[in-house]
Amino acid sequence: MQLFNCPFCGPRDETEFHFGGEAGNLRPDGDVPAERWADYLYMRHNPKGPVREVWVHGNCGEFFVMERDSVSHTVSGSTTLGGEHA
Amino acid sequence: MVASRLSSGGSAIDRSHPISFSFDGRTVQGFEGDTIASALLAADVAVVGRSFKYHRPRGIWGAGVEEPNALVDVSGSVRATPNTRATTEPAREGLAARSVNATPDAAADRNAFIDRFSRFIPAAFYYKTFMWPDWHLFEPRIRAMAGLGAVDASWTSPGAADQVNRHCDVLVVGAGPAGLAAARHAAQAGKKVMLVDDQINPGGSLQHRVGEIDGRPAAEWVAATVAELKAGGHLVLTSTTAFGIYDHHLVGLNQRHHDGRPDTLWRVRPRHIVLATGAIERPLPFANNDLPGIMSADAALSYLRRHAVLVGRRIIVATNNDSAYEVAWALAAAGAEVTLVDIRKDGQPAAPAGVKLLSGRSVVAARGKMRVEGVLLDDGTTLGADCVAISGGWTPSVHLFCQGRGRLAWHEARAAFLPGDPVEGIAVAGALAGAVSLSDVFDSAAKAAGADQAAPHSSGFEATGGIQPAWPMPGQKGRVWIDYQNDVTAKDVELAARENFISVEHLKRYTTLGMATDQGKTSNLAGLALMAGITGRSVPEVGTTTYRPPFTPVPLASFAGLTGGELMSPVRRLPLENIHRSMGATFQEYGGWLRPAHYGAKGVAAEQAIQDEALRARRSVALFDGSTLGKIEVIGPQAAEFVDFIYYNTMSTLKPGRCRYGFMLSENGVVFDDGILVRLDEHRFIVSCSSSHVASVHARLEEWRQDRFGRDAVYIHNATSDWATLTVSGPRAKTLVTALDLGVDLDDAALPHMAIAEGRFEGEVVRVARVSFTGDRSYEISIRADRSEALWTRMQQAGKALDAVTIGLEALMILRAEKGYIVIGKDTDGTTMPHDLGVDGPRQKRRNEFVGRRSLFTEVATQGRRQQLVGLAMADGEQPLPTGAHGIVREGGKVRSQGFVTSSYFSPALGRAIALALIEDGSTRHGETIELQHLGMLRRATIAAPCAFDPSGDRLNA
Repeated sequence: MQLFNCPFCGPRDETEFHFGGEAGNLRPDGDVPAERWADYLYMRHNPKGPVREVWVHGNCGEFFVMERDSVSHTVSGSTTLGGEHA
Repeated sequence: MVASRLSSGGSAIDRSHPISFSFDGRTVQGFEGDTIASALLAADVAVVGRSFKYHRPRGIWGAGVEEPNALVDVSGSVRATPNTRATTEPAREGLAARSVNATPDAAADRNAFIDRFSRFIPAAFYYKTFMWPDWHLFEPRIRAMAGLGAVDASWTSPGAADQVNRHCDVLVVGAGPAGLAAARHAAQAGKKVMLVDDQINPGGSLQHRVGEIDGRPAAEWVAATVAELKAGGHLVLTSTTAFGIYDHHLVGLNQRHHDGRPDTLWRVRPRHIVLATGAIERPLPFANNDLPGIMSADAALSYLRRHAVLVGRRIIVATNNDSAYEVAWALAAAGAEVTLVDIRKDGQPAAPAGVKLLSGRSVVAARGKMRVEGVLLDDGTTLGADCVAISGGWTPSVHLFCQGRGRLAWHEARAAFLPGDPVEGIAVAGALAGAVSLSDVFDSAAKAAGADQAAPHSSGFEATGGIQPAWPMPGQKGRVWIDYQNDVTAKDVELAARENFISVEHLKRYTTLGMATDQGKTSNLAGLALMAGITGRSVPEVGTTTYRPPFTPVPLASFAGLTGGELMSPVRRLPLENIHRSMGATFQEYGGWLRPAHYGAKGVAAEQAIQDEALRARRSVALFDGSTLGKIEVIGPQAAEFVDFIYYNTMSTLKPGRCRYGFMLSENGVVFDDGILVRLDEHRFIVSCSSSHVASVHARLEEWRQDRFGRDAVYIHNATSDWATLTVSGPRAKTLVTALDLGVDLDDAALPHMAIAEGRFEGEVVRVARVSFTGDRSYEISIRADRSEALWTRMQQAGKALDAVTIGLEALMILRAEKGYIVIGKDTDGTTMPHDLGVDGPRQKRRNEFVGRRSLFTEVATQGRRQQLVGLAMADGEQPLPTGAHGIVREGGKVRSQGFVTSSYFSPALGRAIALALIEDGSTRHGETIELQHLGMLRRATIAAPCAFDPSGDRLNA
């Protein structure tokens, strides 16, 4: 069972968290081409190695970006979401 | 008698407490401290089971968890458990042990004849034979013969297993010399230590190998070290197996109690782990090496010293390494005639006193029928024997190290895979790390604990690491066993190689070598070494299979803990549950909530009761508990922009004190939830979402808040369980609510349909919303949950004079369906978009951004043939349609589905069956007849508008 760092609560068991998708998948507002919109809805990079993902800590409701390695499962860091994707 | 109990000695047994138990129906005597195996050996029971495939007689091999042969089902005075290892299971008074895979018993198995047909059932026979005419003809018989012990069908749970979480600085796995020393070092360095060992008593190999440590006998040193640790407040657990290392070094422990309690599961997060898990002795390969009486040399020594059992009178000790020399010496000193056969010509220790040593010789075959009677050596000599104690070398138990992502390194000189490059946070010590002599073990323990103090000074039957590998060879004569438990021989490995299953993972699965309950602890290495020899590769080139937890079986109850029964998926409960019960409600689960389905008993009468509730609801006034409805508050300076983004419908134009019905879409344009949005003031809204979607809607709101709007722009507060919502609906609703005297102006001009006002009930704030899910005039009154009982009671009292009826969910579902009001997920599916439900205005008119907007203009969203919400009308007297029945069209001789029935009831208000459905292009097909198919039956209905009752909506204000 992995240990994830919630920016608000600290290190907690992975079962308290829910995956929120790849970080950096910015929503394209407006009348974008269908391909661009489909990319946003369905396409992901899914790299092998270092990844940046959005996770939510169910206990406190904190959404954050976690940096971890998808192969070794090492967790490197967690950053609060700051509305910067607005 | 071959094996016997000596009249004195035995460090583990208590001769003042004799016990008796049964094995295969016959009584066996023993002492407290015996395992089932040691007592059986003392009673000279040679045959304890039958092998998996060939039903060959088998005896006890070892003294520990690696035991491949002596499996027994236990019952009687102990909890019934199949497939326990007789070598680790304590003998108990009144215990009944039964051999596995043998009928009627191990000694006289009626399936023993199968061994004569062994050449027709080698490894993987089931991939090639028993195919024609149909594998399924043979499958039940073959499956019945597979498996070992029997499950007790009357087994009941011993109760919930405790689960304990623990942190510590250092977790030491294994309380043998290495683990005890490492734990002591760590404790002296001020660390918080946890020491665990899977045996009943600590000490590991020191329980049966002689030695002096710091001038004291080994047993004394063990006891003193354990006492020192406990006195220092450190945790020492015995009978506790560390069964796995998981992500981020979470360690799972299973602790067995010996008093009938279920095992306890420990989840430990140590800062550092020291693995001192030792090594396991493996057999030598020779023909018929599976005969009863052939056993592990170390086990023979263990039975002698711990249980005072001498395993034979004329014993041959065959070996390729030093560790068996102490065994030979001890057996001879106990009175047996011992011949030591060492395959090494030179470099080995001197012959021990009283032992005849034959160097440079090896055993090539054993002979005997029900037990071993002699051996044949490679030089042609035959020797008589009633017991053959063998040591083919020691395999370090690297399982946990590998689970912790450690890699192995092959050491040719040691003929062993040892832990390779260090893993951060995990240290290895003792035999696991390749240390052989006691002094080496203590040095490695000090190193593992990072200690700079001197290791204890030790002396003992010092062995060197010298070993001459004795792997099974290709083309070896006779039937040479590799995996005892799954009956895999050297010939099976050769067969796998011939058929090109040469990778170690294929070898395992093709032959089933290493797949039995012992997981190949005594057989994996020999099998892969043989494969290396056959294919001209080195042992490390073949490599090992993946090590997976658990190391030994763990009861499912340990993992389950308290989860089970009602606690498996706890339902949410209404504040007024007890009141509803006292009113005779029949409860059912709806979307995770336990709610009244109807009032009155279950069964046939229920249908009538529900129809009655729905009929009366429209005649007078209905009361129902709608407390589960979501109430999520959205507050802040950008609350209006926020709700405009979240909803499909424009919401910012909603005036304070008003409500609006709307959809929330997912980004793919599908309707995710529907509900009422209430505006309390300029910066405060209440999102009222479906009961079953509250958590997910809340999560979505939070995500958009944190990821797009910012924490200071809007604040989300889920107040669902803070408020109870009690609804009054029907023609007499206004009269009833007036009688409640809530201090609210109930005039329709002041409180029109879809408006909200605040009042008070007995001093408590109430919110009164004119919102309707029934289609009749309706008031949803919300009050603090813990103050709701008084309000409900007053409603019931006021209702008496008005012929009020309290209704449950089932009646409510009929009322809303009569009006064509949808339930998300029932009348919609994963493709339904808002315009499929007839709500197209926002899609056409809105210009600002909202969740899912772009998806509403894709090709799929705008093409024809979309399934749209319709009503289905039927003639009087017809039964309701089955939900899920498909609307069909016949095209060119084929039948195609055009959609399906989503809701279907008998309507008491209309006196006929009604239904809602999603039908292709349904909104343009009103008046058309459609055929509906369900489980081979055909029905007909007319496509109509979803609302079947009061289409003008006058009853909302009646």
